[in-house]
Amino acid sequence: MSGHSTYEPKSAVGKWFESRLPIMGLIHSSFVVFPNPRNLNYFWTFGGILAFMLVAQIITGVVLAMHYTAHADMAFNSVELIMRDVNYGWMLRYLHANGASMFFIAVYVHIFRGLYYGSYKAPREVLWILGVIIFLLMMATAFMGYVLPWGQMSFWGATVITNLFSAIPGVGEVIVSYLWGGYSVSNPTLNRFFSLHYLLPFMIAGVVVLHIWALHVPGSNNPSGIEKKTDKDVLPFHPYFTVKDAFALCCFLMVYVWFAFYIPNFLGHADNYIEANAAVTPSHIVPEWYFLPFYAILRAIPDKLLGVLAMFGSIAIMVVVPWLDTSKVRSGSYRPVFQIFFWLFAINAVILGWLGSKPPEGMYVVASRICTVYYFAYYILVLPLLGLFETPKSLPASIADSVLGKGGSGSAMASGAASSPSTKG
Amino acid sequence: MKSIKTLIAVVALAGLASGAAFAQSHEREIPPRVTWSFSGPFGTYDETQLQRGFKVFHEVCSNCHSLNKIAFRTLAEHGGPGFSKEQVTALAATFKVKDGPNDAGEMFERPARPADFWPAPFPNKQAAAAANGGAAPPDFSVIAKARTYERGFPWFVFDIFTQYQEQGVDYIASLLPGYEEAPAGVTVPDGKYYNKYFPGNIIAMPPPLQDGAVTYLKGADGKPQAPETVQQYAKDVSAFLMWAAEPHMEQRKEIAFRVLVFLLVFAGLLYFTKKKIWANVEGHA
Repeated sequence: MSGHSTYEPKSAVGKWFESRLPIMGLIHSSFVVFPNPRNLNYFWTFGGILAFMLVAQIITGVVLAMHYTAHADMAFNSVELIMRDVNYGWMLRYLHANGASMFFIAVYVHIFRGLYYGSYKAPREVLWILGVIIFLLMMATAFMGYVLPWGQMSFWGATVITNLFSAIPGVGEVIVSYLWGGYSVSNPTLNRFFSLHYLLPFMIAGVVVLHIWALHVPGSNNPSGIEKKTDKDVLPFHPYFTVKDAFALCCFLMVYVWFAFYIPNFLGHADNYIEANAAVTPSHIVPEWYFLPFYAILRAIPDKLLGVLAMFGSIAIMVVVPWLDTSKVRSGSYRPVFQIFFWLFAINAVILGWLGSKPPEGMYVVASRICTVYYFAYYILVLPLLGLFETPKSLPASIADSVLGKGGSGSAMASGAASSPSTKG
Repeated sequence: MKSIKTLIAVVALAGLASGAAFAQSHEREIPPRVTWSFSGPFGTYDETQLQRGFKVFHEVCSNCHSLNKIAFRTLAEHGGPGFSKEQVTALAATFKVKDGPNDAGEMFERPARPADFWPAPFPNKQAAAAANGGAAPPDFSVIAKARTYERGFPWFVFDIFTQYQEQGVDYIASLLPGYEEAPAGVTVPDGKYYNKYFPGNIIAMPPPLQDGAVTYLKGADGKPQAPETVQQYAKDVSAFLMWAAEPHMEQRKEIAFRVLVFLLVFAGLLYFTKKKIWANVEGHA
């Protein structure tokens, strides 16, 4: 990692250890003296928030697993026992369930920040792709976690989503029966989902290490999208960004606490307090809110295979975004036309989410189709073409100049930041 | 810049408005809001109401509905109906539960203890269904969280801030007195009933409550604590079911407030620390 390591162990033990495993120096260069662009705004605090949420989810999850029983006949009851009889079990469970939602809120802010400021562009393509992989792993983990309470939505959500794989020609049916461990969603399904739900977060943690590693090669992008050039452009990670991240995290935690302690079931679904019953289908099967935009894309397409391809494609396409965007200018702050399409894309994503919660009928389907078309058009048409036709604003000479308002259009950056999504903690 | 933002705002509003426009089709009546003692950030259960609700449950509902996840002992726990340990022990003793096998290998019946769970009225789901016209009465342990109605946009957004989360109890409190004559053109099958709050309106449960069916404790003035009416029974038993579904709600909300105050103060300290640290950086406030 590319911080200049100025770490000098003071004690004899420290020197002894450092000469054998220079991990303290690594931490020092990566998280203490690491030079960050001085102009990072609060949207750059979500990386730290996400790291916190991953750890929080793992800790609450490990303790919950000590009390949970992964059996189709006992899972629902064991969750209720956690809620009632385990000391602070209700707190653990509500923190964990709402923590998943907070994790996704943070990751969506993080992703949209990357899309707006062009953080995926060279030389950060691998960093971005690792992020997409983390996002996919998060989705798999969250989906399997939602199955564990073995309520009606758990069961039927699992049925709907696993059935999607049957659309794959040839091997679909085989894949589905491996997912199920049988011929329907049943006890073996619950067992393997629990096992995988415990495994995947550690895989996420592994990819997060790679993600941070890949981040520390070029360093963070920044609101101006200009690479750091001199020492004037940067500030050491500590104390400048540790304190900023800590403040942002604290604000984010207030939102988390509001949901987890005051309205813990707001983001859940009432049907999941009814024990799974293979004989009774809920009137509307809806996934958790963070999957709704993708669910809307799935249902917008009348053909099952094409719908599944569109849904997975809507995430897979993010892998090639670095090569779809032809703009020479990285940051959206200097791309006035891009901003229009970007905000339409953000609004479009929210509307898709809302449509995903509605039954697939009438106007909802029509609207879903329009939104799906725009979703893909943004990646396939807007990003490649805009770079060719758009005239960007002139860029400041350096990060320091953009902060100090010399040359370029520093004000555009400020207003761009001000109009960014209001979902920040 | 300004025109771009205006354009985006107009498009967003148009999108949301058109969405809201075709969201306005309801099959069933929306339950009216009830004022609950346990709503809001400082909400607590009303002990006397929970005790009345428990009486309604015990004397009426529990003939058909189970309450599998509630142990007798929880009735005496903090933040609940506030029965004394002696009351709970005496209450439990009025029930028989199956235990065993004993040293002779026999199953036997014994009086319930506070540690036992509320015994179900039927030995299994099939028996419950057979005795109730083919539909097993649902368990009541978490029913207040398992029932809801759709709030729709934009109300669900406001609910985040107002903390309105009593859709389930509001629904139950409306459902119980919500029986009426079926409107013209609606045929109600034999053994079923018409209820304006029930999804689909045709409900298998006969009207469970009648005025005066449950006798409430008398207050100091010799009058019952609360009116012995269907409306009041419905509210009281709904409150009891909310407690059954969320027995640690009071503790949860108390902790929430403390944590929030802590975070607020801590965030304030961090904010000023951040300002101080960044003060000597040119171009940053």
